[in-house]
Amino acid sequence: MTSVIEPADRIRLFKVMVLARTSDDRFARLYAQGGQIAGSAFSGRGQEALSGAAGICLRSSDVFAPLIRDQAGRYGFGETPLEAARTVLGRTTGLMRGREGNVHRGDWSTGLLPMISHLGAMVSPVVGMLMARRMSGKQKDGELSVGVASIGDGGMNTGSLHEAFNVAAVERVPLVLLVADNQYAYSTTSDRSYACKHLVDRAIGYGVVGHRCDGTDADACLATVGAAIAAARAGKGPQMVVADLLRLAGHGAHDDASYVDEDVKSRFGDCVQHYERTLVQQGVLSADGVTAIREDARKQIEAAVAQASTEPQPDPAKEDWSPRVERDLVNVRSA
Amino acid sequence: MKYLEAIRLALSDLLATDQRVFIYGQDIAGPFGGAFKATKGLSERFPGRVLNSPISEDAMTGVAIGAAMDGMRPIVEYQFADFASVAFNQLVNHAGSTYYRTGRPCPLVARFPVGGTPGGGPFHCQMPEAWLSNHPGLVVVAPATVADAYFMLKDAVACRDPVCFLEHKYLYYHLEAEFDPQSGEHPGLGRAVVRRPGEDLTIVAWSGMVHHAIAAAAELEAHHGISAEVVDLRCIRPLDEETILASLSRTGRIIIASEGWPFGGPTAEVAALVAEKGFPYLDAPPVRLAARDTPIPYHPELFSAHHPDDQAIVLAALELAKF
Repeated sequence: MTSVIEPADRIRLFKVMVLARTSDDRFARLYAQGGQIAGSAFSGRGQEALSGAAGICLRSSDVFAPLIRDQAGRYGFGETPLEAARTVLGRTTGLMRGREGNVHRGDWSTGLLPMISHLGAMVSPVVGMLMARRMSGKQKDGELSVGVASIGDGGMNTGSLHEAFNVAAVERVPLVLLVADNQYAYSTTSDRSYACKHLVDRAIGYGVVGHRCDGTDADACLATVGAAIAAARAGKGPQMVVADLLRLAGHGAHDDASYVDEDVKSRFGDCVQHYERTLVQQGVLSADGVTAIREDARKQIEAAVAQASTEPQPDPAKEDWSPRVERDLVNVRSA
Repeated sequence: MKYLEAIRLALSDLLATDQRVFIYGQDIAGPFGGAFKATKGLSERFPGRVLNSPISEDAMTGVAIGAAMDGMRPIVEYQFADFASVAFNQLVNHAGSTYYRTGRPCPLVARFPVGGTPGGGPFHCQMPEAWLSNHPGLVVVAPATVADAYFMLKDAVACRDPVCFLEHKYLYYHLEAEFDPQSGEHPGLGRAVVRRPGEDLTIVAWSGMVHHAIAAAAELEAHHGISAEVVDLRCIRPLDEETILASLSRTGRIIIASEGWPFGGPTAEVAALVAEKGFPYLDAPPVRLAARDTPIPYHPELFSAHHPDDQAIVLAALELAKF
């Protein structure tokens, strides 16, 4: 399976995973230090392989709707550490301008969708964007613009997710649903979230293709997610990828995750450590090469945090408090 | 032209003139043409742009959000406004918040068949403007005339904010009037208008209640020598405060009449407006007339007693005139 993946892609994925891990850990530390991050910090620890694989397999003309634990996917898709730091630190220089924080960031114009908190709610907008591209003649047969929407074992049970994924199947849009079964919906175990044997079994019920992979194995994620995206791009309709993995952090930095069962912990490794070992063992990277990648990630994140920290925070007296773009609705008229 | 035909004509004109427009909703395509026939014939004339959806109000709305953000001008049709509660999250938390949160406008139009018809019962008669209006970011409009049904729908599509377009089901086939669709002269989307000028008191209404207000004003004039001014809000969110306060300043007395429930809705909002900003004009306390505070009953006798009508407005006006 790994033989078809180019070494350059593996290195690119590893870099994105390390950058995300470094950034998530740095923001968690900033939160723990107090005073700089309001709310909480949310980590994708343990989910970097799956998320990063999606990010690097997408093109800039595609759509990515990340969720809470998708820092790796965001970086793979093109987000910069500086943009992440600006939103996390609530700076006006960031796209969200202090109006949104932490993971609620993105840019509709680049296809990196700014999530709302309600799980499943980002899937139908991705479907709508893909329908819009088809209707406006922007889609090219065999080279379709693809959308990837993230969800987890918790979000799979929302009505919003079900409605949206069913519409995707009916419309046969090139959507890949990226399901991270990380064993816990906040603190709730999977057996209290769903009763099917495996979430991928739901694919047939929607009439879509289901794929399953080990979310702790980055090469498996790259192969599986890459194949699903390629199938969607080729016009084979929506795809569902379900990866088994474990969230190696709390729901947020405020949560010590003490409810995670020791047996469960013993079943899942750390995808970043695992990938580092594999790439070194197979001679794709040297030990020095790994060190250089880690050091580069550290420098990038430190530079981003340092710069964002000097940038302005919002001023309530100067804030534009209008909820609408139309300031003068009395004079809104069709041409 | 009937109110429903004006909506259909607006949809047809929009599809013909703007390639970004498409319509998405339940049972709207094919020979069926929608539960109320608002889209009859349109899917045949505009192939691929009038699309049936599954019974999935949340996803219908989310699809419209995504399409709007990708450059389209989607129009969603809910079969009954009551079922739009299933889309509550996408409407208020997603469409309504997008501009403020992300700096990008979300230009979609959602059409809500609202209001009561006898026998409709609790889940086919509701007025959703109170819950839609509380959340920031949505524009909520409710045309009461045939011309408004046409022009306001076109203006709603021109609006760059998400617009909830409330069309009254009773008016669909019962309201008929001539107007010139070619005329460019019409009030802007957010403007309230005086439907009938008067001097003694103001009746504020919207949607189907405007016609009860006009009938009540005619009776007050004919039989009681009271001159009532009728203000049609047209747009509930944001409120055209200027037109409401200008009317109150002329009459000094105000009744706010609604088919919807009393608590926390537009009747309360207008009453609060006149208390805060129109207090010097008031010769009497503002009067609110709203539906009874229960679910909407099925039986025609209970149904007709559930919300204010011409006579309820006349009685309230007679009391108010005595103050």
